[in-house]
Amino acid sequence: MAVYNLNVNGKKVTVDVEPDMPLLWVLRDFAGLKGTKFGCGMALCGACTVHLNGQPIRSCQTPVSSLAKSAKLTTIEGISDGVTLHAVQQAWVEEQVPQCGYCQSGQIMSAVALLKTTPDPTDEDINSAMSGNLCRCGTYDRIRKAIHRAADLSKTSGGTQKVGKAGGK
Amino acid sequence: MTPNSNSRREFLRLSSLSGLGLMLGVSSFAKNASIVKLTEEALQLEINPFIIIDNLGNITLVNPRPDMGQGSTQAVPSLLAEELEVSLEKVKLIQSDGKSKYGSQTAGGSSSVRELWEPLRKAGAAAKEMLTETAAKRWGVSVDKCYAEDARIHQRNSDKSFSYGELADEASKLPIPKNPKLKDPKDFKIIGKTKPRLDVPDRVTGKAVFGMDVDVPGMVYAAILHAPAIHGKIVSIDDAAAKKIPGVIRVMKAERPMPHRTSEAVAVIATNWWAALKGKKALNVTWDNSGLDKMTTDSYFAKSYEAAKAEGINFEEKGDIDQTLAHAEKTLEAIYETPFLAHAPIEPENAIAHVKDNGEVEIWAPIQGPDWALRDVAGYLKVKPEQIKINVFLLGGAFGRKAYHDFLLEACFLSKELKKPVKVIWTREDDISQGPYRPGMLSAMRGAVNGKKIAAFHHHAIGESINRQVFNGLKDHEVDDWITGELSAENHKYNLPVWKLSWSNVKTDIPIVWWRSVYASNFAFGQECFMDELAHAAGQDPIEARLGILQDARFKKVLEVISEKANWKEKLPSGQGRGVAMFKSFGSISACCVTVSKQNDGSVKIDKVVSVIDCGWHVNPDNVKAQTEGNIVMGLTAAIKPGITYAGGMAQQSNFNDYPIMRINEAPEMDIHIVNSGEVPGGVGEPGLPPVAPALANAIFAATGKRLRKLPIDLNEV
Repeated sequence: MAVYNLNVNGKKVTVDVEPDMPLLWVLRDFAGLKGTKFGCGMALCGACTVHLNGQPIRSCQTPVSSLAKSAKLTTIEGISDGVTLHAVQQAWVEEQVPQCGYCQSGQIMSAVALLKTTPDPTDEDINSAMSGNLCRCGTYDRIRKAIHRAADLSKTSGGTQKVGKAGGK
Repeated sequence: MTPNSNSRREFLRLSSLSGLGLMLGVSSFAKNASIVKLTEEALQLEINPFIIIDNLGNITLVNPRPDMGQGSTQAVPSLLAEELEVSLEKVKLIQSDGKSKYGSQTAGGSSSVRELWEPLRKAGAAAKEMLTETAAKRWGVSVDKCYAEDARIHQRNSDKSFSYGELADEASKLPIPKNPKLKDPKDFKIIGKTKPRLDVPDRVTGKAVFGMDVDVPGMVYAAILHAPAIHGKIVSIDDAAAKKIPGVIRVMKAERPMPHRTSEAVAVIATNWWAALKGKKALNVTWDNSGLDKMTTDSYFAKSYEAAKAEGINFEEKGDIDQTLAHAEKTLEAIYETPFLAHAPIEPENAIAHVKDNGEVEIWAPIQGPDWALRDVAGYLKVKPEQIKINVFLLGGAFGRKAYHDFLLEACFLSKELKKPVKVIWTREDDISQGPYRPGMLSAMRGAVNGKKIAAFHHHAIGESINRQVFNGLKDHEVDDWITGELSAENHKYNLPVWKLSWSNVKTDIPIVWWRSVYASNFAFGQECFMDELAHAAGQDPIEARLGILQDARFKKVLEVISEKANWKEKLPSGQGRGVAMFKSFGSISACCVTVSKQNDGSVKIDKVVSVIDCGWHVNPDNVKAQTEGNIVMGLTAAIKPGITYAGGMAQQSNFNDYPIMRINEAPEMDIHIVNSGEVPGGVGEPGLPPVAPALANAIFAATGKRLRKLPIDLNEV
């Protein structure tokens, strides 16, 4: 066991866990952040996607000991403040993307990362950035539409990402 | 504890929860459902579901259909809200707990709206009439001077009104109207209108609580090493390395109870699941797999192809098929094969069970049917249903898998031994390699064509029966009635002069179960590809050929709509082709048109999928579209991605690397259309799936001239 001081969603989280424990289980079972999901344990489905210094990573394949002390982690709970939604979440609500919703935390984290580097993505950009995130309910067509919508929302909100009220339209 | 005291406690709990008020239940799901008042006595009857309007005006509905993504948490309260004249936001949902008084509670067979359509609207209408009558009495006016709107009874031509909360106590003393008047559909404000699902915001913020996300105090975690060859026996367990892993509490023999057999297993119990999983990987177990070498999908299909040569059990026929074939101008014969498939919901199977010292059992799990789960837990642990409390959480996908309770009973077994709450979490490898699966099936088809007319058609369905394996419900001389219903001429409505339907049961111990759309996903492939073959043999356009043998107006309309929406009559360039298929399942008629194109490298690309569904009355058109989009993706995955194969009793697939499912870059453009027939509601969660695979295979024929009769199709090598 070893003590790790993590920066998750801008807050300090201290955990005492085995060094090889994947970040996924640290977040879910020790930091109490259940929004990040377990799907395959092999980085094949993307349900566990979180951001490490703004980059999407598969937390099921990231041992907690591999994180630098300066690592800034962001999970689905950290992209909006709980009152307003992130543009991507807002677009997800407007396009009514989720069915079961289990994969959507990972989908949204991948989409947020995509829009940071590619603010106006083409379908091709979306397909390529999102192909690591599986959805068994089959919401892919809506995910494409929602990412385009999020791109528009970000533009119309004057570049700020936070636009909508929680609860949607 | 006697049922009486239990009911009393339940009554008091509900009373205090609601501050009294008006409580209604529905005595059955039958069409003639009667609405009853909830009294202490009535609670001992089978009453379903509870509707409570308390004296603060809060409206609570006990939802008897768990939500696995199909939208029941919107569709079910909509039925009540529509007739009660309240907004959807006003109805608070509580998930039912499996107790028999709530009646049927399993989300399956695309049944939620179909079964609740009458009773819940009637209950809403009855409550509205009682509230209206109460208000009318207070004002001393006739009821036709009053109307309900937005959770208030208003007096016409006046500004007087009462909230439902102000009326509820008094309304509860009135007799329940025997035949409450239902709204004219043209006045619907909620049903049939696209409305955002209220559960969506929680599903985009990480707040939605799935079974996987539940913790209970004092619980321990279990990772389970299942028999790699299903039904293998444990010879020895070397757990020395596993026990050294920090966090591991215990290694113990376990079992996986399936309906047809119980398999042996080894469980690693730990303070956290990661430690349990590491322990599982460190186990060294020797298995006796003798006799399991014959459990292969190859041998199952070999037996099935043998069965295709023999006469099956006939279950429906008209005319003499053999004579017709003997004298026909053209005869066709073909066998279609569909593989075993895993459900692979992204949330793997998981459950918490707490078998307490006093004999009570509590369950926290993502399950499709708390009533079925309660029955299975009671039977397995040999406890009374009233000793069991089932807490259902959101399901991260299910597709039929989470109405099969092996994972839940594993947790029960371990908790009984450990006397603690135990959370079992399956790995993706457990999910894919252990089953149960959609069974692989054959459709052996024969048909005849005279001139431009399809003259005869024989569908011989071959494979393992879900009813036999799961319910021990099929004798050798019987036909699985889920198959007879699906294949019947009553279902497909093709009005041919001569037809025959038959069945052969090929048994296997590979675990099987219902998978989204059940047998329809297998047999639509044979039926609809063969219809395409017969149409071409008759020199007819596949849609025209079908229209020529259909009299049913709804079927014809669906075909006409897909013809129009898919630009069926527009000529395509060489190398591109369209295919069509239609199938009725779970009360809804769905047709699909796939367009494909041949690529320069010899592969085939899926360009577009158009789907049409006539599901009668439906609650939310946007959700019908969403479910149909999902059916297209799952139907295409089933058509083009590897299935499950077994050798030596072991699945040859284990995770998304060797059991891939469709990714976003492979998902084609899709276009969904709903036919508003105004008929009684049909299902929505499943009927869009069956026509997808045959439409694809028919499109590939149109584009390439190649008939592909075995799924999966490898689009890279057509």
